[in-house]
Amino acid sequence: MNLNHLTEEQLVLHHYGDAGDEAEAASVAGHLRECPACQAELDGLLRALSAANQLAVPDPGESYGARVFARIQPSLAKGWPGWRDRLASPKPGWILAGRRWAWAGGAAALVVAAFVAGDRVAHRQPAPAAVPQAAQRRGTEAQAGTTPTGAEERGSTAPAEPASAVAAADRERVRAGVLLVAVSGHLERSEVALSELVNSPRGPEVDISEERGRARDLVAENRLYRQTALAAGEPAVAGLLDDLERALVEVANGPSRMNEAEFDRVRRRIVQQDILFKIRVFGERVREAEGRPAAGSGLRG
Amino acid sequence: MDDHDAHDVAQARAGSELAFRRLVERHARGVFQLAFRLTGSEPDADDVVQETFLKAYRELKRFEARSSFRTWVHRITVNCAYDMLRQRPRHRGESLDAGPANAPAGGIELEADGTSWPDRLAFGAEIQGRVRAALDLLTPTERTAFVLRHFEGRSLEEIGEALGLRTGATKHSIFRAVQKMRRALAPLVDPATPGKAEQELRPFQVQP
Ligand SMILES: [Zn+2]
Repeated sequence: MNLNHLTEEQLVLHHYGDAGDEAEAASVAGHLRECPACQAELDGLLRALSAANQLAVPDPGESYGARVFARIQPSLAKGWPGWRDRLASPKPGWILAGRRWAWAGGAAALVVAAFVAGDRVAHRQPAPAAVPQAAQRRGTEAQAGTTPTGAEERGSTAPAEPASAVAAADRERVRAGVLLVAVSGHLERSEVALSELVNSPRGPEVDISEERGRARDLVAENRLYRQTALAAGEPAVAGLLDDLERALVEVANGPSRMNEAEFDRVRRRIVQQDILFKIRVFGERVREAEGRPAAGSGLRG
Repeated sequence: MDDHDAHDVAQARAGSELAFRRLVERHARGVFQLAFRLTGSEPDADDVVQETFLKAYRELKRFEARSSFRTWVHRITVNCAYDMLRQRPRHRGESLDAGPANAPAGGIELEADGTSWPDRLAFGAEIQGRVRAALDLLTPTERTAFVLRHFEGRSLEEIGEALGLRTGATKHSIFRAVQKMRRALAPLVDPATPGKAEQELRPFQVQP
């Protein structure tokens, strides 16, 4: 019998079949056959491991996968690459490519206007000039820091001019349509900013100074749109913007560099607020309305 | 690879969220169980599951059908869980080294000498608690290596790849993990040697 007993490490590796090459494995096995002390030691090891085997793993249940999907769906957000990837390889058309929302383009904008204004009004009025402009801006988005022109347009939508009650109401509804299109651009920019934040690669330190800067601009823009939505009698839109503002403010007022745990908290809160999901539902309703321009319900529901 | 998976992966890569949803629904439970073993906590495992599928969705185009979707997604799970373990404050556990005093009298043989069912159940719960505490003593690397080798039956090469370790270091991590587990669980499983001190664990070992 070999005077050198097996080491604990040899026993552990032997148990997992990782003792080494064939000769080594055979020598360990041979020693074990002949040495009761080492065999007893191995038995003790196996008892400990069999206790470990009793570790119960909770079963999250049949519907767990569906629940997981529901939780992550808002963040799937069309599979955009993280903003770092995008900066590395900018694709000019990416923002409109493969989008589920059809925000851009005069036709879509007209439909949105009709959707909110009702066909009665939309058939009488040409497409508002602001609409294509708002659509265009989305392609060249990201000059953060400039005053959003859309917000200025919105600033002028307060019912200022005197007119007959009916005409004023109609005009208001058309403006609401313009508002919706402009808000769509804002929502899209916000969604992009928040999605990128949520999908930022994690690391010991996460630098979100860029997202934070964008969030600050978006907060200012958001406030104008929200006030306008309220003034235009669009409580559903105003409510959505209210929710969005909370998420944006959190990012805008937070630090620009976070450690991983801080970043995870922010990210989780955004995901749990479901704001990306709400924006998307909003977008899908508009998209549905696109297919059925006469539908009178929708956003106000 | 599983036919359903292959089909759904292809569809998901072509942009079908529905196909991706099917993949999530098919694999979420398995991913959860792996994540739970790795993290030892339900909320943490939940977070790992979400993180895993978000990452899988974003990286689906990089998935090569050489491995099964399950293997691939479990690899992502291991990475996410490992990240989480490393960022999570080391909590619990540390006091367990002083633990034999907290252990119930006797060892596993309690079950054999006529204890009633409720006692056995309580003892089962005690084992659960001790095993969890023992796992919490491990470093993130030891824990991940141990879970993958012991519960998941992964090869040393796979584990080394997941953790960025050479085979020798992987072996050592597994050994250290088992050693710590064994010491932590000794009061439960080695009733004959209840007060065994660490240095006595291999009293008969002779240096080669
Ligand atoms: Zn021996």
